[in-house]
Amino acid sequence: MTALILQLSKLFISVLSALFAFFCFYGTLRHKSKEARRFLYGYQLGVIYLVLSLAFLTMLYVKGDFAILLLYFGALLIVTGIQLVFRRVYRSASILLTNAMCYLLSIGFIIQTRLNYEKALKMLVYAAVSLALTAFFPLLLNSRKKQLRRRKWTYFIVGIVLLLAVLLFGGTSYGARISISLPGVSVQPAEFVKLLYVFFLAAMYHESKSKKQVLITMGCAAATVLLLVGARDLGGGLIFFVIYVVMTWCALKKWYVPVAGLLLVALAFPLAGRVFSHVHTRIQAWWDPLSVIDDAGYQVSQSLFSIGTGSWFGTGLFQGRPELIPVVEKDFVFSAIAEELGVLPCISLILICLCCVLLFFNMAFEMKDEFYRLVSLGLGTAYATQVFLTIGGCIKLIPSTGVTLPLVSYGGSSLLATFMSFGILQGLYVYNKGKGEFR
Amino acid sequence: MSFPRPGKKKEKKKDPHKEYALVTYIFSALFLVMIGYLLWFLIARSDRFINNSYNSKRIDAFAKNTLRGDILDREGEVLATTELLPDKSEVRSYPKGNRYAHVVGYISNGKMGLEQTANYYLLRSHANPLLRAKNAFSDEKDPGDSLVTTLLDPVQQASWEALGDYRGAVITMNPETGEILSCVSKPDFDPNEMERNYEALAASGDGVLLNRASQGRYAPGSTFKILTTLEFLREHPAKAKKYTFDCDGSFTSDGKEIHCFHNTAHGEEDLASSFANSCNASYASLGLTLKPGEFRKTAQTMFFDKPIICSLPTELPRFLLEEGASDAEKMETAIGQGKTYMTPLQLLLIVSAIENKGMAKKPVLCREIINNEGRTVERFPLGDERRLMTEEEAAVLESFLRGVVEEGTGRGLMNDAYEAYGKTGTAEINSAGDCHAWFTGYAKAEGKDPIAITVIMEGAGAGSSYAVPAAKKVLDTYFSYE
Repeated sequence: MTALILQLSKLFISVLSALFAFFCFYGTLRHKSKEARRFLYGYQLGVIYLVLSLAFLTMLYVKGDFAILLLYFGALLIVTGIQLVFRRVYRSASILLTNAMCYLLSIGFIIQTRLNYEKALKMLVYAAVSLALTAFFPLLLNSRKKQLRRRKWTYFIVGIVLLLAVLLFGGTSYGARISISLPGVSVQPAEFVKLLYVFFLAAMYHESKSKKQVLITMGCAAATVLLLVGARDLGGGLIFFVIYVVMTWCALKKWYVPVAGLLLVALAFPLAGRVFSHVHTRIQAWWDPLSVIDDAGYQVSQSLFSIGTGSWFGTGLFQGRPELIPVVEKDFVFSAIAEELGVLPCISLILICLCCVLLFFNMAFEMKDEFYRLVSLGLGTAYATQVFLTIGGCIKLIPSTGVTLPLVSYGGSSLLATFMSFGILQGLYVYNKGKGEFR
Repeated sequence: MSFPRPGKKKEKKKDPHKEYALVTYIFSALFLVMIGYLLWFLIARSDRFINNSYNSKRIDAFAKNTLRGDILDREGEVLATTELLPDKSEVRSYPKGNRYAHVVGYISNGKMGLEQTANYYLLRSHANPLLRAKNAFSDEKDPGDSLVTTLLDPVQQASWEALGDYRGAVITMNPETGEILSCVSKPDFDPNEMERNYEALAASGDGVLLNRASQGRYAPGSTFKILTTLEFLREHPAKAKKYTFDCDGSFTSDGKEIHCFHNTAHGEEDLASSFANSCNASYASLGLTLKPGEFRKTAQTMFFDKPIICSLPTELPRFLLEEGASDAEKMETAIGQGKTYMTPLQLLLIVSAIENKGMAKKPVLCREIINNEGRTVERFPLGDERRLMTEEEAAVLESFLRGVVEEGTGRGLMNDAYEAYGKTGTAEINSAGDCHAWFTGYAKAEGKDPIAITVIMEGAGAGSSYAVPAAKKVLDTYFSYE
């Protein structure tokens, strides 16, 4: 009977995830009326509750541990909470983006519960705190509307100080120095500095596009990226660099900006490989992980074993061995989903992330105010780059850079920062609709 | 709201935010590439990862719901099966006992052989969906798929018996397809008793668990003259045609004397008869004319530098003749002594290439996967091939190999049932005169697939007196079997 339940639940989850991804694109691509779309988005929410229920009840059946119910109800509450906040507090926020956010977070809760009960519980708490903070975001943005675009040096200095603190006092994990331990929690400041950095760049370019301003901006961005690279957070450094290139390109509208950026990456990559031993080993592990499986290739090999063994429909919850992948709950959470839920839901997952990316860029595209436009663009770029680096690393498309999958991976800082950027984007989107207020 | 459609907007206004649209396109493309790569990986590349021995923990988890499938010979003879005891516990049993010990392997105390390399396939089930649904309801295990190997039980049995009580190996394959027909290594063990005997076997120091057919590294002795001849043909094509040598039983250069076996004086010889007589003196003398660098290159194109992937654990052969080597080293290398090492599988591939017009086929052990009702689930492709020599070179070497059987050290294989080709070897292993007996070659007959064979019998004596009769037993069995 257990086998039957596992088979059915993973099949249903595959179908439901495909349905969700389909609704993401169907409504917008076919230019349905507002009414029809509302209907679709209602279905989407139904799918989210169904997936959560199916997965959690299956896990409850397999493990027979009623503590799982606690996480189940917690997850239901958080999803409902997000829906309420974005529908009530933000009023006319994008429902599609809200739904996508809920879906990703639900998959996160499911896979974290599977991987580690304690951490899933923590994640639930982080999500609750993040949601509460996000609920106040529109208020905050509204009262400081004018100052937001003037505080460029505050953004920069706070960011630099935080990064310096990591560099000096941070703990090392897997070759990179990225977190600071506070009593009870470990914080990854780079996640928040990323938001400050986007605001800084937007404020700079909004103020002036003079040669002097552009050069100062370039210097500040370079300092930030170098601080990250100095802390051996290459993945973070890469994300910050991409944000800089994309924002500069769109602000200055010069074709040579991305070209120069690509050239710089092409030059910096071999150099990084020579200077940092852990970069070199990661590149080796990417090129032929099986040849160095005892050593640097172990993580990527395990990830590919996991995806390959899981195949299209997955092994079913608790039937695979995702825990064999080091840091599975953070950097390699995608592989764990592929192993137990299947590659098909993973493809839906990529499509749903792509839907978020398209929504972010579309919001930026429609923004009348240049400052807000640049902020939206920067946050969208940060999200898109991060998703690409994580999933690309898991499937061996690119060398693994050690970044997390927003909303799905375990990690309080990442979760809160992602909630904040989704909140900011939704807020700006609402504001742009012409009411002059964030709510 | 809607996704950006810059094409339309472009017409209305003059591209206000062209860059925004481009950024959107670039990221969309990257995400689609991710999906494409993931699909490609799963369809085309994942097998290599799934079957990796480091992935055994994941595969073993399949055993929770699947009853491990059988391993069969190419005609359906059961080589390994799982018996379900009345108390629902499972026992892996090997009806043929010691005979398939190395090639089929075992699953207790770690895995070996096909049990290891085909682990993934044996633990999958493609049984009838109705049966699987029934099993899912009643919490019974699904019957796993079975592996049909390329092995042929009568040939395996003959190989096993031919080796007798000697240590060593016998390996045979179809030289034109690369399908391995038998693979025996001794000393062997009973895989049914592995649970009890593993500790003792692993600690014995005899290399019982080693598959000598693919992992045993031996001095090739005179079988190496195949390569020496090929190198001589390549370097001195004109000289090779009118080569003559007057053998008085030994040859000396630079103070090093090379003897023919039993100091036999072979008299006046050309290249073909030197080869047929396996004349060490003649080969020592022509070995001196070969350029070490070139010889090394030829040897290395024959040696598969990467372990050959054919479900057999493999060791690499070794050839250490350096530029500026002494006469003694050159002469020893030419007759297969010295620092050269070969595995039986490697020699098998070289003679197979001679039979197959210069092309070596990658050996394969797995034929297909069938479900519990015998329906084919997956058919394994034959291996790639690689050219080791030209067709002309293969033809010359073939005539030499035939000469060995017609009038040389392989006369024991002369008969009407099939046409045999080959080379014997007697590799000295110590100063007391103990020798490994080698035979490597192939045989053909009308209406039958050809078969290539390599025999090594450790410490037995002359190749012609021990390895040739052993090979004959195997070939006789193969050609008389319907």
